[in-house]
Amino acid sequence: MSRSSVLTFTNKGIYCPAGDFYLDPWRPVDRAVISHAHSDHARFGHRHYLATPQSAPVMRHRLGDIALDTLPYGETCQIGYAKVSLHPAGHVPGSAQIRVEVDGEVWVFSGDYKPEPDGFCEAFEPQRCHAFISECTFGLPVFNWQPQQMVMDEINSWWAANRDEGRFSLLAAYSFGKAQRLLAQVDPSIGPILTHGAVEATNAALRQIGYHLPNTVQVTADLDPNAYKGALVIAPPSAIGAAWAKRFKPAQTAMASGWMRLRGIRRRRSMDRGFALSDHADWQGLNDSIRATGAERIFVTHGYTEVFSRWLTEQGYDASIVATEYSDDSLEQAEVAE
Amino acid sequence: MQQFTDLFRQIDSTTSTNAKVAALATFFGTASDEDKLWCIALFSGRRPKRAVTSARLREWAAEAAGVPLWLLEEAYPVVGDLSETIALILPPSDRQDAQPLSAWMTFVLMLADMPEEERKAQILSAWGDLDDTQRFVFNKLLTGGFRVGVSQRLMTRALAQATDLDEAGIAHRLMGKWTPQTTSFNNLILAPSIQDDLSRPYPFQLAHGIEGDVADIGPPTDWSAEWKWDGIRGQMILRGGEMHIWSRGEELMTDRFPELRKALDFLPQGIVMDGEILAYKDGTPLPFNDLQKRIGRKTVPSSLLKSAPVVMQAYDLLEYDGQDIRERPFAARRALLDRMIQDLPPDAPVILSPQVTFSDWAELAALRETSRDRMAEGLMLKRKDGPYLAGRKRGEWWKWKIDPLTIDAVMIYAQSGHGRRANLFTDFTFAVWNGNELVPFTKAYSGLTDAEFNKITRWVRANTQERFGPVRRVTPELVFEIAFEGIAESKRHKSGVALRFPRMLRWRHDKPAQEANTLTDLKALMG
Repeated sequence: MSRSSVLTFTNKGIYCPAGDFYLDPWRPVDRAVISHAHSDHARFGHRHYLATPQSAPVMRHRLGDIALDTLPYGETCQIGYAKVSLHPAGHVPGSAQIRVEVDGEVWVFSGDYKPEPDGFCEAFEPQRCHAFISECTFGLPVFNWQPQQMVMDEINSWWAANRDEGRFSLLAAYSFGKAQRLLAQVDPSIGPILTHGAVEATNAALRQIGYHLPNTVQVTADLDPNAYKGALVIAPPSAIGAAWAKRFKPAQTAMASGWMRLRGIRRRRSMDRGFALSDHADWQGLNDSIRATGAERIFVTHGYTEVFSRWLTEQGYDASIVATEYSDDSLEQAEVAE
Repeated sequence: MQQFTDLFRQIDSTTSTNAKVAALATFFGTASDEDKLWCIALFSGRRPKRAVTSARLREWAAEAAGVPLWLLEEAYPVVGDLSETIALILPPSDRQDAQPLSAWMTFVLMLADMPEEERKAQILSAWGDLDDTQRFVFNKLLTGGFRVGVSQRLMTRALAQATDLDEAGIAHRLMGKWTPQTTSFNNLILAPSIQDDLSRPYPFQLAHGIEGDVADIGPPTDWSAEWKWDGIRGQMILRGGEMHIWSRGEELMTDRFPELRKALDFLPQGIVMDGEILAYKDGTPLPFNDLQKRIGRKTVPSSLLKSAPVVMQAYDLLEYDGQDIRERPFAARRALLDRMIQDLPPDAPVILSPQVTFSDWAELAALRETSRDRMAEGLMLKRKDGPYLAGRKRGEWWKWKIDPLTIDAVMIYAQSGHGRRANLFTDFTFAVWNGNELVPFTKAYSGLTDAEFNKITRWVRANTQERFGPVRRVTPELVFEIAFEGIAESKRHKSGVALRFPRMLRWRHDKPAQEANTLTDLKALMG
């Protein structure tokens, strides 16, 4: 079998001919292997899903009654002529890189990944492979994350200062992943933590399979905000700017996202603060992770693909761009999430 | 640097004006006099000369970061700010610098006189000693653009709070040609006399625009009207046997307008006039375009002195006989000005901006319609009993401009903006039809909402036909109504015309590109 045929790129998604299955497909297919439960990777309409057991509750919550098999991290299953295994990607709870081996040739699809351990989701484990399909959402050398503790310290002191002034701290974060990472890392001794329904539903799904999160109170129609003065309120970006957030007064607003590393974007959003906290690899992380795979062939997808593949080519890799339809964290989406 | 960087961080991490003023006031209450002075200088636009070109900075930063220059260039438009791009691209540092701002400013001033190789070594070593916010601030100091969401007015307010002095008094003290090297905090802000600087102008009074019905501002008898000229707002200062011209942008422009020096032969000493510098010939103002030719030049060729001579059209008197008379009512100041100027011979370079007499608002509205024929932009209304105040105070001065000229044009190129507008397509080139060809005639950047810019940005990404660096040629499909204040012939432009203050009035969703205006329509507006 020629070395290029482990995975191919089709208009439905990344495809494995040897096993007749797709990886994170964006059109309905018979058999889909899913890297993680974000909605642009785990979509509606497939006949059969395979994912990590940690992804399962969120996927079921979001996709309803689906035919879902689970495969624990590090275990191998045979699909047709392909051996498939899932390995932690460090992006969100349950997120995986998908390793596919056919006749000794190994390809790995990164899904979305973050090499820096965050103390909450399963830590990224680099996989040796012949070809690596890497996201590059932040594939520019200006994106270098500060250590998580530094950003969390900033968030905690922002919250504490707001509490001292008698203000609510409204923090915008995606309801699956970023929200729980924040919950797991903020200092709950500062005050009560309130959550939007979308965040709380994910919390429940994750708590049920053993992820530890601090106590939270869901914001419901009959909740009296005045009983929670100085609280931290975690909600999706769309809710922070909307009528939903009006009940919390006075309040300071903030957004936690890798894009907040850029002053221009921070200022363009109508938020009081921006905290640069990302669930994706930064520039150094991308380069280190790619090197750690030992792969010679690199396919780059969603992000600054043109620039990043040119850079990798100059570094001696056989790099090319793959067009995919994943876009949850692109700059454009970040803008729309306003 | 740490104290100043903390100040920057506080200012930058809040959108509240009060919080910004409080942070500045704290700085003014605790920093050394040298640092306070530099802080005032930086926030009032008094920057040291650029010590290094941006091209060199880019090269050195790419080298220090271990990335090729092209990669830095690709990242720059995404970040939208060169100082920030460099700060972010350099290898992470855990060092912080504790030297005061004034030490860094001395360092920046020193760089200007160094041989290039040494300058490079010094800058690379400085980057190594700073954390990333400090690097950003340092780069801003190096490149000379320090705009960080604090206006001179906010800084002045904070200084007033910290020193318990009157805000208008401080604004006056901050005017003029001082630099941190020529004065001290004590002399500039605290010392009782501010007469030592003979060229020091007064803070300009500014006007609000009339939005609703003009009659809402009160009875016509309370108001004095005059034409609003399209020139350079300036103060002419005659003191100690010398003449100085300051623009509203606080630029000393005396040498650019040598013909105004003759004012010394006609006018008494100890006066300061507020007025408009206009290109003026045969008793009428020339288009702003002619004045523009004069602005960029420090020395003026005699041909230009002949084709575009300037005058000072005076409309207010702020100082008379060496006395600050700004507290007197406008009508009294104006009467004094009239008496001083009305009998000057025709070759004097100072003339009176005529007052427009009217008995009711309807009559004035009709007169306003004749503005364009008089080369004016509309009318200025000043409260007769009002003192001359610093800045823009509601209810004192109003500008009542005529409606702009407009034309429907097709967007043909788009470019992304800087700073807050990085990653958003906000700078557009517009064209009108000439037969089957679209002829570009203007650029415009403003006039739309953020939501509209977001929408256009998505459209541009999907409709790019060709890229030239940061510029994209787009499908000629979107039509915008372009508003502008004036139009003049221009040999420098392909279209043969140059516009004054072009901006987008609205997005014409209802118009297909074929129905945009033609070059003939545009030229017809020249009248």
